[in-house]
Amino acid sequence: MIVELGHLALVLALSLSLIQSVVPVVGAFRNEPRLMATADVSSVGILFFIAVAFGALTYAYVTSDFSVVNVWQNSHSQMPLLFKYTGTWGNHEGSMLLWVLILALFAAAVSVFGKSLPMTLRAHVQGVQAWMLLTFLLFILFTSNPFERQPLALEGQDLNPILQDIGLAIHPPMLYLGYVGFSITFAFAVAALMEGRIDAAWARWVRPWAVIAWLFLTAGIAMGSYWAYYELGWGGWWFWDPVENASFLPWLTGTALLHSALVMEKREALKIWTVLLAILTFSLSLLGTFLVRSGVLTSVHTFATDPTRGLVILVILSAFVGGSLFLFVLRSNRLEAGGLFAPMSREGALVFNNLILSTSAATVLIGTLYPVVYEAITGAKISVGPPFFNLTFGPLMIPLLLAMPLGPLLAWKRGDLYAALQRLWFAFGAAVLALILVGGFIEGGPWLAPVGIALAVWLMVGSFAEIAQRANFRTAGLRTGFARLAGLPRTTWSTALAHFGTGLMTLGIVAVTAYETENVAQLKPGDTVRDGEYTIRMEGFTNRTGPNFTQSGVLLTVKKEGKVIATAEPSRRFYPARQMPTSEADILTFGFSQLYFSTADAQQEGTATVRIWWKPYVLFIWVGPIIMVLAALLSLSDRRLRIGGATRAARRRKEDGDALAV
Amino acid sequence: MRWLFSLALTAMLMGAAIAQEAKLAEPLEARAQNLFEELRCVVCQNQTIGSSDADVARDLRSVVREKLTEGMTNQQVKNFLVARYGEFVLMKPAFAWHTVVLWVAPFALLVLGGIMAWLSAKRRRTVSTAKLSADEEKRLEALLNTPKK
Repeated sequence: MIVELGHLALVLALSLSLIQSVVPVVGAFRNEPRLMATADVSSVGILFFIAVAFGALTYAYVTSDFSVVNVWQNSHSQMPLLFKYTGTWGNHEGSMLLWVLILALFAAAVSVFGKSLPMTLRAHVQGVQAWMLLTFLLFILFTSNPFERQPLALEGQDLNPILQDIGLAIHPPMLYLGYVGFSITFAFAVAALMEGRIDAAWARWVRPWAVIAWLFLTAGIAMGSYWAYYELGWGGWWFWDPVENASFLPWLTGTALLHSALVMEKREALKIWTVLLAILTFSLSLLGTFLVRSGVLTSVHTFATDPTRGLVILVILSAFVGGSLFLFVLRSNRLEAGGLFAPMSREGALVFNNLILSTSAATVLIGTLYPVVYEAITGAKISVGPPFFNLTFGPLMIPLLLAMPLGPLLAWKRGDLYAALQRLWFAFGAAVLALILVGGFIEGGPWLAPVGIALAVWLMVGSFAEIAQRANFRTAGLRTGFARLAGLPRTTWSTALAHFGTGLMTLGIVAVTAYETENVAQLKPGDTVRDGEYTIRMEGFTNRTGPNFTQSGVLLTVKKEGKVIATAEPSRRFYPARQMPTSEADILTFGFSQLYFSTADAQQEGTATVRIWWKPYVLFIWVGPIIMVLAALLSLSDRRLRIGGATRAARRRKEDGDALAV
Repeated sequence: MRWLFSLALTAMLMGAAIAQEAKLAEPLEARAQNLFEELRCVVCQNQTIGSSDADVARDLRSVVREKLTEGMTNQQVKNFLVARYGEFVLMKPAFAWHTVVLWVAPFALLVLGGIMAWLSAKRRRTVSTAKLSADEEKRLEALLNTPKK
């Protein structure tokens, strides 16, 4: 009954989105406010009905209703309750439903928070969002209906074991919030093209939404990376896996979008480029969805795929990407370019940022699609693996990281490079010091490693140069300095923090890549193996039984200076329902570094193969993105950058003004 | 004889007896390790033969070691494996006519993008200094020639 209710709710959402696809756009065309206003109601209604549908599916999962095909295929009565909830989106149909739920969420957000937008612009945005909702609801109802019934089955086929993990509870929703979040900027871009008009207010409006999408995408990718790190048991944190790349692509162009929207908001320049980036970013999100959902790519992520659905998504993808790009070509010349600047200026630095980020996005895109296209044309298979990306993407990042501390120090319109460099003497000194210390005192590792660490230090210290300059402790003294620090706009702090986070991540990447050690040992009970300052002793074998799996592991104790400081139990699990083994790595954290243990299947004759990695400062790789996310939140809290828009800010400014007058 | 048999059986059962794999003398082993990271475990999902515990990966590792001992260069070993498994086995695609787009595109795009950015900046500058229309010239003239009071 509840399942049928969910199905019905989905159909109702479809009909509402059909109405919203037409009425507000016609209203904008005829300039009739009443027609345009309908979207405010319908978008909330769509969100409500899709939420009901999603709730109904979750209910079916939690109650293990195996008469629903989707639940039967992807759940098991013995599965822990948490995974029954998260299993709702651990499959194709459910994850598509989550996708439209988030799309509806963002569409409703425009209606609720967008009261201050020009009426026709808002109607156009809501219309574009309805087209997307309509398309994807049709896709779900006709090719991927999660509410399909079957004669009752007694037991489910279980969720893919590697998805039975807390990481999955959070990673896909985060990622989708990011992916789909860029649908707002896309809708704004298309609406601007339809209106043939765009200004700084548009950018002011779009930027917070881009920041929101970006922060979720950043968190989602970082979380996915950590999940792959501990769940796959391969010890790596980024594999240049096609699906990882698919999520990384919109991140790269989205990051470029954040920066170009800044130029547009402050200086009215780069308008056309910003619109194009907004279109491209969401197109890449759609492409990511297509690549993952269609089964075109072989990857750990392609659970439950079906080629016919892939074809439908390809058609949707071409329609949206092709349509929006066609509109762009047709109308972009109507958008006036404005804002002049010298090459060496804040704008120039941001253009440089955009150039590098777009080129690296194109590189990753080509590297990801090349094998697919090549196979389609010639029938032969080739691999484009990590060495390709390291050789192309890596060098592209170096100038970007080098220039990052400089950008914020350059003035708008016309900057002084020499003065900016002078303000970075401290960061330069720190980098040289790091180079000498690492190069001179740390043994082993490639010769480039100290240079990489120096680059990271340059970036981390240099990120705060703008703040140090604004506070100006040296001439202003401590008290005035601190007062100035407190008075700085939050966006200044957020820029510094986000850049610092990038530096910290770079540091972690360099440290792990250059100095990690891998040790493969064949251990019998009682054997010991040394790894750096740690001695690892094999204690014996363990066998456990979980609710829907059996687990066999190796018990290890870790000693440092003769004392036992920790135990580890890397294991293998076996899930009988799917006849699938998984690897359960065990990770010990010491400060920001980790000892990583994983074990292979073999356990015969009383020996076990254990892989032991020492991962120095590996946690920086994820602490960096966490800092970036916090920085994004900080920038959202800046009163000049509110999604609520101008009215509230204007009111507060007026209040501030009144207070000053008193 | 029985102990030999059970030893052989044990060796067969060891799914991932990496530690037991006979390592080569040092300059060769380092080359082997480097090669492991450039070769794909053909049955795995995006893993190199160096990081995989699968049987195929183990076989390939021993093949690589064997060929290196026979005196093959790294390139010859790769060619040998490509002949057996196709180019799919190479994690780093060879630079050749059919991959020229792949390898050149990133740098070509960077240069192209740079030129486009430069051109559009230049165009913007010229647009801004475009001449005033005749009407505007007249107004400017009038403004400049207004005698100060």
